[in-house]
Amino acid sequence: MNMRKLAAGLAGIMMLLASGAAHAGGELQLYNWGNYTNPDLLAKFEKETGIKVTVTDYDSNSTALAKIKAGGHGFDMVVPSASHVKIFIEEGLVIESRPDQMSNFKNVAPEWRNPFFDPGRRYSVPWQWGTVGMVVDTDVYKGDINTSAIVFDPPAELVGKINIAPEMLDIMNTAMMYVGSEPCSTDKAALKKARDVLVAAKPKWLSMDYGLVEKMPRGDYAAAIYWNGAAMRARLAKSSIRYGYPREGYTVWMDNAMVLKDAKNVENAKLFQNFVMDPENAALISSFAKYANGISGSEKFMPEEMATAPEVIVPDEFKSMGVFPPACSKEANDYYTAIWTELTK
Amino acid sequence: MTSSSNNDPSVFAEQLAVRRHWLLCAPALTVLFLAASGPLLIVLVYSFLESGEYGGVVWKPSVDAWFRVVFQRDIFDDTLSLADAHLKILWRSMRLSFFTTITTLILGFPTAYFIATRPQNSRNIWLFMVTVPFWTNLLIRTFAIMEVIRNEGMINTLLIFIGVIDAPVQMMNTDFAIMVGMTYVYLPLMVLPLYAAMERLDFSLVEAAYDLYATRLKVLWRVIIPLVRPGVVAGSILVFIPALGAFVTPRVLGGGKKMMLGNLIELQFGAGRNWPLGAALSITLLAVVMVALLVYVRTVQKNAELQR
Repeated sequence: MNMRKLAAGLAGIMMLLASGAAHAGGELQLYNWGNYTNPDLLAKFEKETGIKVTVTDYDSNSTALAKIKAGGHGFDMVVPSASHVKIFIEEGLVIESRPDQMSNFKNVAPEWRNPFFDPGRRYSVPWQWGTVGMVVDTDVYKGDINTSAIVFDPPAELVGKINIAPEMLDIMNTAMMYVGSEPCSTDKAALKKARDVLVAAKPKWLSMDYGLVEKMPRGDYAAAIYWNGAAMRARLAKSSIRYGYPREGYTVWMDNAMVLKDAKNVENAKLFQNFVMDPENAALISSFAKYANGISGSEKFMPEEMATAPEVIVPDEFKSMGVFPPACSKEANDYYTAIWTELTK
Repeated sequence: MTSSSNNDPSVFAEQLAVRRHWLLCAPALTVLFLAASGPLLIVLVYSFLESGEYGGVVWKPSVDAWFRVVFQRDIFDDTLSLADAHLKILWRSMRLSFFTTITTLILGFPTAYFIATRPQNSRNIWLFMVTVPFWTNLLIRTFAIMEVIRNEGMINTLLIFIGVIDAPVQMMNTDFAIMVGMTYVYLPLMVLPLYAAMERLDFSLVEAAYDLYATRLKVLWRVIIPLVRPGVVAGSILVFIPALGAFVTPRVLGGGKKMMLGNLIELQFGAGRNWPLGAALSITLLAVVMVALLVYVRTVQKNAELQR
């Protein structure tokens, strides 16, 4: 008996065992951002399908990409940001699972049906999306907060009371848009301008740190460039905190669930993709991590405070200023790293 | 009759002993290679490769990473200069580690002396108390320090309450905060080797010095310190090396505005997407530690010889 026959025989036995269960059964290995997956979502999925989901955490797109590229990881699904979706596709690490043909695809909001990073949604389903903007305590500063000048050329009231999210790409991209260029540009004149703006602004910052949700309400600082979901949680703790959308341009990000090429549970993974496009389930994702999800009708199932939050629902007048940064080229990324190193040396 | 040494029973036994010796060493050597030299070798090899488009490495030999450790090409006018940012970060890390070593020594020496001079049965209780902080995760201890020194933290609230100051003193996000945090975290690593050395100290020598009319200061400098020198050396090494690579404490307490060497290395493997440079910087850190150790051990030995 050769190996293939043996494998086929084993597979047959496995299938017999699996079909013995009341539901489809089996397991699913989900590789997702840390503190990002609602346990209730997984419990609901298991209850409906009998599939047990195991979650493993990562803390950055680069970590996830490196680990999956290395192979032997045992994961079925990954949830990279828009900038990395293209890389996963181009490097051949994911399969065309065709979410666009799944039954719940009709729930995907029109603006998320044909994103540039995955035209026609042949690979990925929306998980969550959000923005990077200005968080300001309006008790301290009463002026216009819809500008990146809040952190890059701060008003006198805010000098020395500013926190910068320690994420090179988000900050550099916002700075590039502030000086009139675009994310990942290799235009040296613009890069130089951005560097000068950052270097000049740094003495006016207090810190470059995470933890805004705890630190801002208790008054450690009065302004920040940060993610919208955290801004909302800070506002719930202190009502004078507001979120501003820079009119010079702000960064939009979206994380998307995809099925890996070397997945062992491909069918389960596809079931899960379809599952998260259901409004009720998408609402579970959002109510845990406090970001929007891109599924129409999910608002109904979200907590009241979220469905109407100005941090989550982008006001119409600012919609056109949001920019989806691509994955920077190696050249642009090297420029970014050089400027970032000089800034924090 | 053969003259071959193989048949000589004593030589044979010796060979057997040698073989057994190596066999017994084999597990230790294997672990040592797999756990220490192996990964280091990978780091070294990576530092001589080209960086991949999206992180990782391309298997093409290159010295670009090492070039970038020392030099930087100005991105705007292409002029070549010393990598001032990297050197500045290296210098900051070394300076901070040095001062951390000094403060832990100043605080740790009397502490260890105090414990070593307690009655035998209470020493263990004191030692136990020194090690208690180790039971808690480093991050939690660092956040606890933050609670103490932040603007609305315990110290500022207390000082304002008793009227010493009107407005909170900014301690968080300063070098002072980093120093406090690192000293607190690494103090046990200084106290324990110092205690071990002092416990073996023959206090009759101290008494003899007093009998010979030595002043207290002289007893300390000429008798106690020379005798516990190995403990001082061990403690300093144990504090200096991890302090040099520390990045959690500086990031949380220092506000993250200024990088340490650890943060710089982390940047290359993450957003920087330049693994070879990260590897080269790691090896540089290793080399700095080795040089610092050699210099330190040499000076200490020389001093010891001079005093003999």
